[in-house]
Amino acid sequence: MKAFRDTCELLGYELSLLGSTIVRLPHLWRRRRAFVDQLFTIGVSVVHVVLFVGLFTGMILALQTGLALSQFGQQDQIGTIVSLSMAREMGPFITGIILAATAGSALAAELGTMKVSDELAALEILSVDRVDYLVLPRIVALAVACPLLAILCDTIGILGGGLVASSQLGVETQLYFDSAVEALKTPDAFLTLPKDVYVGLFKAFFFGLIIATIACSCGIRARGGAVGVGEATRRAVRDSIVFIIVANYFLTYFFYSILGDL
Amino acid sequence: MSEQRKQGPGSDEVVIRFDGVVKVLGGRRVLDGLSFDVHRGETLVIMGPSGTGKSVTLRHVVGLMQPDEGRVEVDGSDMASIGKKELAELRKRTGYLFQDGALINWLSVGENIALPLRENTKLGEDEIRARVEERLDLVKLPGIWETMPGDLSGGMRKRVGLARALVTDPEIVLYDEPNAGLDPETSQTINDLIRDLADRLDITSVVVTHLVSCVRTVADRVILLDGGGIVVDLEKDAFLSSDNERLLRFLGKDPD
Repeated sequence: MKAFRDTCELLGYELSLLGSTIVRLPHLWRRRRAFVDQLFTIGVSVVHVVLFVGLFTGMILALQTGLALSQFGQQDQIGTIVSLSMAREMGPFITGIILAATAGSALAAELGTMKVSDELAALEILSVDRVDYLVLPRIVALAVACPLLAILCDTIGILGGGLVASSQLGVETQLYFDSAVEALKTPDAFLTLPKDVYVGLFKAFFFGLIIATIACSCGIRARGGAVGVGEATRRAVRDSIVFIIVANYFLTYFFYSILGDL
Repeated sequence: MSEQRKQGPGSDEVVIRFDGVVKVLGGRRVLDGLSFDVHRGETLVIMGPSGTGKSVTLRHVVGLMQPDEGRVEVDGSDMASIGKKELAELRKRTGYLFQDGALINWLSVGENIALPLRENTKLGEDEIRARVEERLDLVKLPGIWETMPGDLSGGMRKRVGLARALVTDPEIVLYDEPNAGLDPETSQTINDLIRDLADRLDITSVVVTHLVSCVRTVADRVILLDGGGIVVDLEKDAFLSSDNERLLRFLGKDPD
C-alpha cells in the first residue's frame, strides 16, 4: 500500500514538474547557455553508443528477416523491413533506452547529490527558481537530443542492415537502399515528412521528455545521503524504461490505429 | 529546569520568534514546544548534543521546514502562511551558511557568489563583479574568482559560502556549524569573521555550533537545546560561568 502511495505521489510530482517546466519555456532564452551545455554533454556522452548499438540493431534485423525471407525468395524486401522497423520503432526506442541508462541516470545522480549536499536548499534560500535554473534546460536538452540521436540511430541501422544484406544475403546494395528509401516515402505526408519518420521522431521527443522529467523528479526527491542518491538513480532508470515502453504502445496505437493513414 | 536570561543585547525589536514549535521527524519529537526570540542586531548561539534539532531550528527560520505545531515568525511574518513572493523577499534579506558551504560544483567561486545577484537583481556585470570581489576580500579570499569549488579546502568552501550568503547585504545570517571539520586556527578565523560582520554590519545572527571557542568569540547570548526544548538561555558571560548541571555535562566538565 505504501509503495502504491509513493508511486502515485511521485507520478503527481513528475506531472507537476513537467507542467512547471512548460510554463517556464519562455525563459529558455535566458538559460540558453545551460541548455547548449546540456545538449552537448548528452550528445557527446552517448553518440558513440547510439551509433554502435544502432549499427548492430540494423544488422540483426536484416539477418533475422533476411534468413526467413530468403526461404521464399523475398530478400529484396529486407530494405523495406529494416528501414520501417528502424524509423518507426527501433531507432527511437533504442535511443530512449540508451539515454535513460546514461543521461537519465547521470541527471538523477547529479540532482540527487545536489539535494543531499544542500545545494538545492541553498538555491531555494538564494531565491533561485530551481525549475527555471536546473530543470528547464535539462528537460528541453534531453527532449531535443533524443530525436537528433534517433535520426543517427535510424541512419546507421539502415546502413548496417545494408551491410548484412549485401555481404551475407546476396541482396544488391542499390536494390536494398532503393527499397529502404521507398518504404519511408508516404505521398500524403504531414508537414512534408514521411509519416514513419515524423512519428518516430515524435516518439523520440516524447521519450526524451519522459526520461528527463523522471530523472529530475527522482533526483530532486532524493534523500538520505549516498544511499538515497543510488536509490534515486536506480528508480529513474527503471521508471524511465517502463514509461518508455508503455508510452511507445499508446503512441503507436494513436498514430497507426486511431489516425490510420492520416 | 531551564535557566532563562533576564535582558538580551541588541535592540528590543524581535526579528525571529519561535512560539511553542513542535517538529516530529521519523516519529521523534525533535522540537518539543520550542520558544525563544532573537532581537535585531543580536548574535544568538544555539548549542546542544547531536540530534537535538539545532539545524532543524535554523531551517524553520527560512521556511525550508514548517512546524507541526506552534508558530515561527520572522520580521513579523508567520512562516506557515507567508506567500511565495513575501517568502522570496524575506529570503533575499537572509543569508544562510550551510555546513559544507553548499556551493554549486559546476560554477566557479565568483559565479557561485554572483548567482543571487544575477538571478534576482538587474545589476550590471561590472557592479556584480565589484560586489563579489568585495565580499571575497571581506572573507579574506581575494583573487579566487575563477577557482572551482572542488579545488578549495573545507575552510575556504565555508568562507566562500559565507561570501555568497553576504552578497545580498542580508539583515539576518544563519550559520549551520560554521566550525565543523576545521582546524582550530581556521575555526578561529571564521569565528572572528562572524563577530566582525555582526559588529560592522549590524547583522542579526543565529549560529549553531558545538564549540565553546565559538561561543566565546561570537555570542551575545547562548541557548542550550536538549530533549526538544531549551535547557539554558543565558547571556554569554553568564553561560560560560553557569553551574547548570546539564550544561556542565554537555561541556564535558564534572558538575562536582
